[in-house]
Amino acid sequence: MTLRTRTIGWSIALTVALAGVVVVSAGIGPVSISPVTVAKILLSADPFPFGFAAADTSRIIVLDVRLPRIVLAAFVGFALATAGVVMQGFFRNPMADPSIVGVSSGAAVGAVATIVLPFAFPFGLELQGAAFVSAVLTAFGVYLIATRDGHTPTATLLLAGVAVQTFLGAMISLLLIHSGQSLRRVVYWLMGHLGGTTWDDVLVIAVILPPLFVLLLLYARDLNVLLLGEEDAHALGIEVERTKRLLLAASSVVTAAAVAVTGVIGFVGLIVPHAMRLIVGPDHRILLPTSALAGASFLVATDTLARSGATEVPVGIVTAALGAPFFLYLLRSREVTRL
Amino acid sequence: MNDPNGPHDPSADSPAAAPEEPLVRVEDLQIGFGDTTVLDGFDVAIDSGTFVGLVGPNGAGKTTLLRALNGTLSPTSGTVRVADESVPDLSSKAASRLVATVPQDTTVAFEFDARAVVEMGRNPHRSRFGGWTADDTAAVERALDRTDAQRFADRPVTTLSGGERQRVLLARALAQETPLLLLDEPTASLDINHQVRTLELVRELVSQNKTAIAAIHDLNLAAHYCDELLLLSNGRVAAHGPPESVLTETALEAAFDANAVVSQHPVTGSVYVTALPDGDRVTESEPSADADERSGHVHVVGGGGTAARHLYVLDAAGFDVSAGALNEGDTDTEAARNLALDVVTVDPFAGVGPEARAAVERRVEAADCVVVADVEVGTGNLPNLRAATAADRVVLVEDRPFAERNYVGAEAERVYETLRDRARVVDPADVPRAVAAALSGGDASRFGVDSDDDSASRVQPESTRVAEELPPDDVES
Repeated sequence: MTLRTRTIGWSIALTVALAGVVVVSAGIGPVSISPVTVAKILLSADPFPFGFAAADTSRIIVLDVRLPRIVLAAFVGFALATAGVVMQGFFRNPMADPSIVGVSSGAAVGAVATIVLPFAFPFGLELQGAAFVSAVLTAFGVYLIATRDGHTPTATLLLAGVAVQTFLGAMISLLLIHSGQSLRRVVYWLMGHLGGTTWDDVLVIAVILPPLFVLLLLYARDLNVLLLGEEDAHALGIEVERTKRLLLAASSVVTAAAVAVTGVIGFVGLIVPHAMRLIVGPDHRILLPTSALAGASFLVATDTLARSGATEVPVGIVTAALGAPFFLYLLRSREVTRL
Repeated sequence: MNDPNGPHDPSADSPAAAPEEPLVRVEDLQIGFGDTTVLDGFDVAIDSGTFVGLVGPNGAGKTTLLRALNGTLSPTSGTVRVADESVPDLSSKAASRLVATVPQDTTVAFEFDARAVVEMGRNPHRSRFGGWTADDTAAVERALDRTDAQRFADRPVTTLSGGERQRVLLARALAQETPLLLLDEPTASLDINHQVRTLELVRELVSQNKTAIAAIHDLNLAAHYCDELLLLSNGRVAAHGPPESVLTETALEAAFDANAVVSQHPVTGSVYVTALPDGDRVTESEPSADADERSGHVHVVGGGGTAARHLYVLDAAGFDVSAGALNEGDTDTEAARNLALDVVTVDPFAGVGPEARAAVERRVEAADCVVVADVEVGTGNLPNLRAATAADRVVLVEDRPFAERNYVGAEAERVYETLRDRARVVDPADVPRAVAAALSGGDASRFGVDSDDDSASRVQPESTRVAEELPPDDVES
């Protein structure tokens, strides 16, 4: 079976799984709606031509209340898994995750600052905008710190990322102390959440993600070659530094678009690529699309869990609570010889 | 692995492979990192269809030159041209269609199938949007066949042995279908069998229109397999040409700062380099305190390769050495001839006759010391032993008990005992010290005062190898 047929087969299967998860998730909540009804409602909605009859209340619950949140979860899971795959390949390090160059910390500082600081940001930046801008600026700053003479050694980048994250962590703590009344809101944001999503929240990531994902797919082969090491990659015709810059920029923007809306949702970008690598192998041409789709399903499913309890918990808690044991299992069951 | 135009002689290549312009032309190349200059005014031209061995001490700039040739490093100044293209000005894609590199480090961290790794060799020939073509498949299959890697092509590279991984990376380089192939220490982490197989393969590729440049540590492997050697020293070309013209004792001493003996390998006929321990060095600029103890005439009795090493070491240590009687064609005879020593010989398989015995006796009498190697004794060479009994001082090398190498009987036993009674009996490694001690009449510690234990242990690996590779000839018949 060629890689292409495997990729198409897996992608179709995972897309079907995602559709299933979305339909089931949209039916779960304080008002339970059967999957068949949900499917009918979805297929009668805007882009689809069908006109199934359904109660207006169910229609509103599914389309206006639950679906925005589910679609956002799908986009964010898709984005984080994509960025995770790229970062793990980029750093040739299975422990890398989307926020390794400080994107998440950067977003957190921006978000927390807009909540805590008593003045409004210039240019009418709201919380999400500020988080996005500071996330991208942080990644760019880490890149600049680690770059000398046009070369960005990945080890330097990694360490610079760690240092900057630590520094920003201190900034966040400082802001927390002075947060006063808004402490609860800050903590809630930092934990990663999808509650209260409207279609407006979905818009930004829906616009940013698709083109960048296509771009990264086109570089899947380069990522494969980069896994052999930079010197080898150069000898095999890869413009190493240019490719690294592009991969870093694209995955940082993808991550920033996700965490700016939802806060820091851990482990999706770490364990989904890992699990998919175990199943489909390390080739990025299949790993990238399958991880992205699996990441979408994973986050929709975990967010459904997060909101279906007696009290809603931030989804970041659920992903971490499920992800960390799974990751430890991976650590124990597979020999991890390299960092 | 078979190719219709694949004789082992590069000059027999198809006409297309022999353009007038050299494939590789490096002029006045300078490369430095920070304040240190690694390559300093480097000029070299390499013709198409040659296998060039890059030799030289650590830090001479071998890897740097390879990295300049494949475009990884940009030169500070000077030109690097491959197939008439300036490598530093090419995109890495264009450069990787001209030059393929087999890296020294063959570890691959992710679990790609070997075939997937080889397929990456096609990257230079594919555009971002272009699909995989039949040409690509053919090139990959050819490369896997050539390197005999087909067998494990579908296994993850992480499960392959070092030798197998290297063949995968060689296949990857072949899949690039470049005129020039660079190999960085292709034999460094391989056992002797895989070293030879790798170099045989490169040799064969070169006979089929490739040009290969390989950094090789082992001078003797390099000499045996390469058409030309390029000796690097301090970032410059110290010598470039056929192995026998490059591997001279003077050139090696200058480049490696080590004492070496260059001879011809008795089996392969290639140039053969034997490194000698520092303790045995004679440097004119630095006369050692015990120089007078090292002068003197030493006669060596051996045969069947038992004495070759002592001849090398004693000659290098500055003694006036003679040898015999030995059969013509014996490896010891070859060794003595290579060192231009005074040697008494008899016909192949003949015994030592009265005339030869007289010649030996004259040399024994003239000698200040006689060394008797761990030789097998038959009626043919027993006269050598008898002659040795007349010596002033005897150093007897005993590796095996005499009974195991006595093919004469009680008579030889008697002669040997006479000899043994007044000899210094030593291990093969201790010969130079024992000789020096015998000549000075003192104890062994007076030779090479501060470094002798050290040097005796250092001599071991190199010389043992020589001894092992010399086939035991039969002096008696």
